[in-house]
Amino acid sequence: MLPSDPLRNVLYIDLSSKKYWVEERRDIFEEYIGGTGVATKLLEEELPRGADPLSPDNVIVFAVGPLNGLFPTASKTVAMFRSPHTGNLGESHAGGRSAIAIRLAGYGAIVIKGASDIPVWVSVHGRRVYFRDARALWGMTSSHTVGRILREAEPGSGLRAIMRIGKAGEKLVSYACVVTETYRHFGRLGLGAVFGSKKLKALVISGKSSLPVADRRAYRELYDKLFKVITESPLMRKYHEIGTPVNVRHLNELGALPSLNLKQCRLDTADKISGEYLAENYLGRRVSCAHCPVACIHLAALREPYEEEPFFFKTSFIGYDYEPIYALGAMLGAREPEGMLRLLDVVEAYGLDAMSTGVVLAWATEAYEKGLISREDLAGVELRWGDYSAYIEAVKNIVEQPTELYKALARGVAHASEKYGGGEFALAFGGNEMAGYHTGPAAYLNYAFGLRHSHLDSAGYSLDQKTIGKTPQPEELVQKLVEEEAWRQVLTSLVVCLFAREVYKPEVVSEALKISGYDLSPSDLAEIGRKIYREKYRLKVELGFDPDRVSFPQRIFETPTPHGRLDPALLESMRKTYAGFIRSMLAN
Amino acid sequence: MPRLNVTDVEKCVGCMSCMFACSRRFSEGGLSRSAIHVSSIGGVERGYRVIVCRACEDPSCAAACPTGALVRRAGGGVILNPSKCIGCGNCRGACPIGAVMWDDEMNKPIICVHCGFCIGYCPYGVLALRG
Repeated sequence: MLPSDPLRNVLYIDLSSKKYWVEERRDIFEEYIGGTGVATKLLEEELPRGADPLSPDNVIVFAVGPLNGLFPTASKTVAMFRSPHTGNLGESHAGGRSAIAIRLAGYGAIVIKGASDIPVWVSVHGRRVYFRDARALWGMTSSHTVGRILREAEPGSGLRAIMRIGKAGEKLVSYACVVTETYRHFGRLGLGAVFGSKKLKALVISGKSSLPVADRRAYRELYDKLFKVITESPLMRKYHEIGTPVNVRHLNELGALPSLNLKQCRLDTADKISGEYLAENYLGRRVSCAHCPVACIHLAALREPYEEEPFFFKTSFIGYDYEPIYALGAMLGAREPEGMLRLLDVVEAYGLDAMSTGVVLAWATEAYEKGLISREDLAGVELRWGDYSAYIEAVKNIVEQPTELYKALARGVAHASEKYGGGEFALAFGGNEMAGYHTGPAAYLNYAFGLRHSHLDSAGYSLDQKTIGKTPQPEELVQKLVEEEAWRQVLTSLVVCLFAREVYKPEVVSEALKISGYDLSPSDLAEIGRKIYREKYRLKVELGFDPDRVSFPQRIFETPTPHGRLDPALLESMRKTYAGFIRSMLAN
Repeated sequence: MPRLNVTDVEKCVGCMSCMFACSRRFSEGGLSRSAIHVSSIGGVERGYRVIVCRACEDPSCAAACPTGALVRRAGGGVILNPSKCIGCGNCRGACPIGAVMWDDEMNKPIICVHCGFCIGYCPYGVLALRG
């Protein structure tokens, strides 16, 4: 890296002592680049292995990388922590302005330790860090309101990220998220609950420094080349136009859209929640993350009358993407978009992970149908497929937790089904609720063994779609998933958005890193990717993940995939191969 | 002289590519040299404001400069003579639309030269050179 690059600075914030300091960590940024690689190392250094995820001992690391602030679509921040949802490694990525703000405030990473005695928000403006009294914000119903207040209270408009939690984070729902810039999220694995446990209501960061480059002319030339590909080639078009919900129709036609808690792989009303339908009837605005010209963030404008007041309306802007539509739409049997949009808005206001919430509600609906839980358990809410007033009530109850059932639901379907039964249709893998792809065996191995249990870890859903009719053998399948996931460790160390993965191929990454003073060939990069993958897996296993205890709920074998009905014996053989690979990787 | 113009602010998606472009004129990354500023008007759902210098014919910024560092440009706007500038910030305070940006690293104003470099990086046609 370049000698004057501020990336080397790590900001440490101790919420217990209300102190902060900066350390130069050129060593780890040179060896592990940034983002995922550096966050793994910092968490490994700082986190006591026995730490309760919701105790002051847990540590949160935010990390960016050398390409943030330099190249387009390098717009993501990596967060790492111990997950209160799975108990092991937590990693979640978000865009918005978070990456640019951290990078241009002069840091490569921020480490947050301890816990505050009173609710606080922390503001980082360049070199200065302020601890601010958030007692008046604690307990507010909507994260939207918190955002409005902080926008007024803090400087740096246009150059700042405002990461905040909603009430779900305060109430320690184990899949509470952290919202940034209203529509982007550190969504999965419960970073919001970790914020809540530390009494950290929000983290505001702003900065506008300059960044050095190794070769001024080469920088401008490469920038122009990438900008042209990103804005003009078809590679990014699907994100740009209909956006990620273009998948709804596609997966429905393929028979891979998990619906009604995966009792079905198609929904007869899928068209009404498709990207095309939403774009035509509701799309109100498209916005972008900082330094990404793609503008994949699609906001629906929902105009609703106030029933008690004639000629009185409100128009809400509600962010939508494929995954929330799958989880809160298809899984719950949406018949029209408006109920789903209202539910999305409530989930956003409370600061819950949309995917886990949808799967939890779907499990509860089926458990109620089967009589495993009662109306009393549900505090009087009658859950029925497609009944969105009931789902909105249930979400409020997941946050407020008036009954033992809701307390269990606030910890996810794996936990709830241990107490109430229904494990065979509890769609969680490694404790994390599934993503929206019932495409075949690769997707399920990806959910189970991916380091974040995210479909984006190794893109099993994509491998499945490329291999319909010719399902790979276990060895080949595992090898392909591991290879993909190892390479993605490089992308998320830069940190570029994974939607731009077709632009940032190894040669391009190598060239871009030269501008930042890194001399790494494509094969060096592949090696670093494998190293980060290995080190991160080691940490995940140290924190309690056991590859030999991975299991699959019965439901995934009952509903046919595009690869046909999955054979439990085949999946078991794939599981063994995967677990064996991990054991031997960690033994070396 | 052509001047930079915001053609339709409602088309802005807030990607900040124009701001990065403006800083990149100096072959640097980051944002410290940007003469354009984009920020939301109270939450990104409400849209953005895009602040660019209007190239005033009778510029308030030049009138407020105590050292004559801001020289009126033929056809509107000003040119900064950095060697005369003492970094007092009067120009920034004088511009009612907030179009005098500040370079915190140099402690000098950033004055738009209406070169139009940013336009090539706005895929949505928000910016244009006119006049």
